[in-house]
Amino acid sequence: MIRDITIGQYYPAESRIHRLDPRVKIVCTLLFLVSLFIQNSLAGYVIATVFLGAVIRLSEVPLKYIVKGLKPIVILLLFTVAMNLFLTQGGGRLVHFWIFTITENGLRTSVFMAVRLMYLVAGSSIMTFTTSPNGLTDGMEKLLHPLNKVNIPVHEVAMMMSIALRFIPILLEETDKIMKAQMARGADFESGNIIQRAKAMIPILVPLFVSAFRRANDLAMAMEARCYHGGEGRTKMKPLKYKARDRMTYIITVVYVAAAFAAGRFADFKLWIF
Amino acid sequence: MEMIHAEKLIYEYDRRDEDGNIVGTNRAIDGVDIDIPQGSFVAVLGHNGSGKSTLAKHMNAILVPTGGTMWVDGRDTKDPAELWNVRQTAGMVFQNPDNQIIGTVVEEDVGFGPENLGVPTEEIWKRVEDSLRSVGMIEYRKASPNKLSGGQKQRVAIAGVIAMEPKCIVLDEPTAMLDPNGRKEVIRAVEKLRKEKKVTVILITHYMEEVIDADQVFVMDGGHIVMHGTPREIFSRVEELKSYRMDVPQVTMLAEELRRRGLEIPGGILRREELVEALCRLR
Amino acid sequence: MSIALEHINYVYSPGTAYEKQALKDVSLVIPQGQFVGIIGHTGSGKSTLIQHLNGLVRAASGRLLYEGKNIYEEGYDMRWLRSQVGLVFQYPEHQLFEVDVLSDVCFGPKNQGLTQEECEERAKEALALVGFPEKYYRQSPFELSGGQKRRVAIAGVLAMRPKVLVLDEPTAGLDPKGRDEILDQVERLHKETGMTVILVSHSMEDVARYVERIIVMNRGEKMLDGAPREVFRHCKELEKVGLAAPQVTYVMHDLKERGFDLSPDATTIEEAADEIMRSLS
Repeated sequence: MIRDITIGQYYPAESRIHRLDPRVKIVCTLLFLVSLFIQNSLAGYVIATVFLGAVIRLSEVPLKYIVKGLKPIVILLLFTVAMNLFLTQGGGRLVHFWIFTITENGLRTSVFMAVRLMYLVAGSSIMTFTTSPNGLTDGMEKLLHPLNKVNIPVHEVAMMMSIALRFIPILLEETDKIMKAQMARGADFESGNIIQRAKAMIPILVPLFVSAFRRANDLAMAMEARCYHGGEGRTKMKPLKYKARDRMTYIITVVYVAAAFAAGRFADFKLWIF
Repeated sequence: MEMIHAEKLIYEYDRRDEDGNIVGTNRAIDGVDIDIPQGSFVAVLGHNGSGKSTLAKHMNAILVPTGGTMWVDGRDTKDPAELWNVRQTAGMVFQNPDNQIIGTVVEEDVGFGPENLGVPTEEIWKRVEDSLRSVGMIEYRKASPNKLSGGQKQRVAIAGVIAMEPKCIVLDEPTAMLDPNGRKEVIRAVEKLRKEKKVTVILITHYMEEVIDADQVFVMDGGHIVMHGTPREIFSRVEELKSYRMDVPQVTMLAEELRRRGLEIPGGILRREELVEALCRLR
Repeated sequence: MSIALEHINYVYSPGTAYEKQALKDVSLVIPQGQFVGIIGHTGSGKSTLIQHLNGLVRAASGRLLYEGKNIYEEGYDMRWLRSQVGLVFQYPEHQLFEVDVLSDVCFGPKNQGLTQEECEERAKEALALVGFPEKYYRQSPFELSGGQKRRVAIAGVLAMRPKVLVLDEPTAGLDPKGRDEILDQVERLHKETGMTVILVSHSMEDVARYVERIIVMNRGEKMLDGAPREVFRHCKELEKVGLAAPQVTYVMHDLKERGFDLSPDATTIEEAADEIMRSLS
């Protein structure tokens, strides 16, 4: 059933990572992603693995959840690996059959690429697993606050994001209901070619849009009735404040990025072709 | 002092054709005079499209009159400088429980109003706790609104209004989308608030059972107030109510039917015990 | 010519934290032509139950026989079943989507593979059955009043000419007059066409006035099943599960307790008035 889809996959727990300020998690995740791109050495990857492993351990999110999160990128992963494997030339020739050639450089690049992609997804999913959707939008709002000066409505965008998160489950349920109701009138969503199937979606999409607009209207009215008038003069029930552990996390992450970069530059070692 | 006071209130909106040209105007409210004293419990009845919701929206300055004047706690709702004061004075709860909850966590939703008012953080927490307690939802403070029943969601919505410390609460058909248990929950919560916080309550509804305890009842039809009185006075005019597409509680109906058949029963019976007493006296 | 449920069980989201048994060993037979009310509060399983009737939800175990054939058998034509057992959901007007009323009502027959003329003929017949005025046939369904929208939505199901009509809370959100109008219309429909009507509601007052049989659902189980007056005799048990008999039933019980010589079985105002008049004379 469509209702089983989970979006904004928050894993509720009280771990040390969960308790961090959302801003720290956003910034450190970005730093981690950058660290994966500025180096391409075995030593660097070893350090990244240790760092990521430690964070996963501290977050108390079961490893199985994180592996599950990699599923959607399997195709992308295979595609990247294949492209790198066969198209990168240079170094000694390892395998050759028909028109395909695998070189040492090809193998090296594709393995590093695969690891990099998996760490990218795992790293960012740790952030979403340990930060509530509201925490994320709050953190974004605060981080992007300086953009207000160049007339980007940061508060409004954050508010929209958090409302969207609240309404996704409601609209999914509604889709389910409308689908069932149209099926009760004999609608068929499963057979036919692409065009027929796309056409069969109209009886679902039109009511869904009508309902979404009605909800938006109602919600806007309810917000106004509760004196909402943008971010101006607004206080926060849960204001974000940096604590010692947040500063500590920044330091650790920066040290990690520097170490990964330096290791690749000055202390790299070779293992076979890698 | 009048909490709500309206004089010759008129609200018109344009009727447009397919191209957006104005082809005429509709009057949703047509010359309404209303007086609601501070601390009272007032019910407004009317069928769908009678203008009762439009009237409710005037009390919170979501709509401003196109003719006449509406004062909320002495403030003219047409005055833009008073807009936020009016909205804080008269809080509003709407019909659809899903479409008025903004937060993804119950307590954050209740804090939304105070945040908008610029209330300091510690004070917000105090108000959130206090108002969740008064509607009996404190144990759900960390829950996601999506996991609550309709009646619980409406109680959260009421808590969200209470946290803004209004003098008056306008409930616009808060029970129309709920099942009987949810309806009872909400009405009980409103009752408790009325007693504890002494707020003025204006309940818009078409469920007759909910208005029995009201101090005054207004019945609307076609944008006019067509009946006005205590519940007992209103419910003794069964035929007139029916002509406005309204209904009366089943007990009142039975009493009326027995009266019609010649029994001497007083008019406007509201409760089951009253009818039983009246019948016992006849024996 | 009937619907028979045999030991139907249904579990929501099995194997997850939200697992919940929605139906527990439900067995019942609904003969053709009956006017049945299903009552229960939110979460009692009544909505899940009716979605089994046209195969939208498949039981975890048990059999469902429509006209003697098990619908869970391989190769059973579910789309045909859905045209036979018409299901009108709660707030059905939320499913309207076409540019005008007539084409919206045509959606069902079109899915049955009928020609344009046949579709329109059936749509007009269905709209007439719900008492929808002809002059609005070409109007957008979104511009109608709440009550009229609901009529159109019900017609959308009737246009498939079902033998069984299932209505989930058809009066939700309507005002008292609108509620009576829809229910009167459904009653007329039942009389004129002889189709089976299954009315899901949480209002005892509504149901008692119209149906010949009431099924009370509680926590996924069938709790009571019988004629209204039989069911309301259990008003104490009903209250325990958060339901209530009609107010008049309570008045009659009170009167009997106070020594009136009457039968407390009345479920409608007329019956109650007759009985009180009789006992007083």
